[in-house]
Amino acid sequence: MSDKKWMPRWFYQLASPRWCYQICGKLLPWFTALALGLLIGGTIWALVFAPADYQQGNSFRIIYLHVPSAILAQSCYMLMAIAGAIGLIWKMKVADMVAKSCAPIGASLAVLALLTGAIWGKPTWGSWWVWDARLTSMLILFFLYLGVMALNSAIESESTAAQATAVLALVGLVNIPIIKYSVEWWNTLHQPATFKLTEKPAMPVEMWLPLLVMVIGFYAFFAVTLMMRLRNEILRRERRAGWVKELLLSKSAV
Amino acid sequence: MADLLTNAAAEQAQIGPGGLFMATLRRDLLLSLRRKSELVNPLIFFLMVITLFPLGVSPEPGFLAQLAPGALWVAALLATLLSMDALFRTDYDDGSLEQLLLSPQPLFIVVLAKVLAHWMLSGLALTLVAPVIAVMLFLPAEGMPGLMLSLLIGTPTLSLVGAIGAALTVGLKRGGVLISLLVLPLYIPVLIFGTSAVQAAVTGLPLGGYLALLGALLALGLALAPLAIGAALRISVSG
Amino acid sequence: MSFNSISEFLTMGGHGLYVWLSYGLGLVVILANLIVPLQAGKRLRVQLTRRLLREKQGS
Repeated sequence: MSDKKWMPRWFYQLASPRWCYQICGKLLPWFTALALGLLIGGTIWALVFAPADYQQGNSFRIIYLHVPSAILAQSCYMLMAIAGAIGLIWKMKVADMVAKSCAPIGASLAVLALLTGAIWGKPTWGSWWVWDARLTSMLILFFLYLGVMALNSAIESESTAAQATAVLALVGLVNIPIIKYSVEWWNTLHQPATFKLTEKPAMPVEMWLPLLVMVIGFYAFFAVTLMMRLRNEILRRERRAGWVKELLLSKSAV
Repeated sequence: MADLLTNAAAEQAQIGPGGLFMATLRRDLLLSLRRKSELVNPLIFFLMVITLFPLGVSPEPGFLAQLAPGALWVAALLATLLSMDALFRTDYDDGSLEQLLLSPQPLFIVVLAKVLAHWMLSGLALTLVAPVIAVMLFLPAEGMPGLMLSLLIGTPTLSLVGAIGAALTVGLKRGGVLISLLVLPLYIPVLIFGTSAVQAAVTGLPLGGYLALLGALLALGLALAPLAIGAALRISVSG
Repeated sequence: MSFNSISEFLTMGGHGLYVWLSYGLGLVVILANLIVPLQAGKRLRVQLTRRLLREKQGS
């Protein structure tokens, strides 16, 4: 390994499913506490203490759920594509497992962003669905997740499925900016100067600070659920490994 | 084609990338032309989908003219998608795809030639019949150049992106529906700019910008899609 | 605090339905993302352990 000093040590450790399983197990309680604290605190702040918007009133409080889930859905896709690329290039099993674990989480967050956006649209625009640029982009992102999940479940061999999904996720990653740009441009063409949900000229501190707390809380929550899925995936894929057998037997003996 | 597959023959023939491209293109066109039904099926599908619009919505000329740019583009998009599954399927079934991947020839060029052959028999054919069908939807005559130009520049991108989906699903028994699921979201930018180009042409606005955007998408697709297709084919065939 | 009473907090100035529906859905999605992997993990462990014990007895 001495000739490969340019790669940090943890990168090689990450490649070991066993090490990954253990470190995730150690980190999980901390992240769970962090996520719980931030999400509960942020929700109370958002619902009770944050001021109501002068135009939208209290329906504005949906932003504290809509924006974090939308941001996370996008970050999750990015992570999925990058993990897939690492799995493709370095043949790293753990990266494949991360990519596979990301897809359902990202899809569920995209659904949450879509539903909250639709609910928010009702008091704001007067209808449950509006072909708003952001909502439409989010819908397409959701479709991309569905495609990735469908492909992954259609291919039987685990390693082939991981590689094929990684290619698809990367193609999607290249396309996401193009899709976003084209949808935004299409939107301005058809609905000139409509009222945007989340584009505020200047949000006061009392409004965006709880939003920041919620976004960080969602990231922490994402880490928790990702690590949980990752640990399951590691156990399942490594079930023939000696350390997994030892672990299971020691647990069952207790 | 067979003599291209071994190293020795290729060296003997002193074949360059251009020759390889032309040989693959000729082979694929020849093979497709032998199966006449597959050739005309996308066109019939295109015509049928277009027929559904007046029947399903309204035969009123003014309304149809408004609907025409979008309807034509959506139908063209679905027609290319329909023929996508066959792109690598026959080569996969008879084993020549595996030979192709094992051969020392650059995959990038072979894949590009295959996609071009597919496009000439789907996208290009659709572009040529589109004006006839557009008349049935009362698209104003001013819109015709926009329609044909946007289809001409836009459909190759559809073929390139669709080929990625075809390559990813070629190893599966039922890839057909899956391809649409994978590829349709990626088609959206082309659809948006293509339809806008036609609408601009109808209203007499300059077309250049839209066609340039479609051209940019095509350039990006030409540069990146063959890499993704090649990688996907290797994964599908080895798996 | 931007509300004077509990009832005012619950009605959210007429937007109560939308706000509470959103936060309810948020809770559902978050809980689902925790419960599903937890349950799957439990099932997986039980299944793998059972298989392991069977193999041990068999040998």
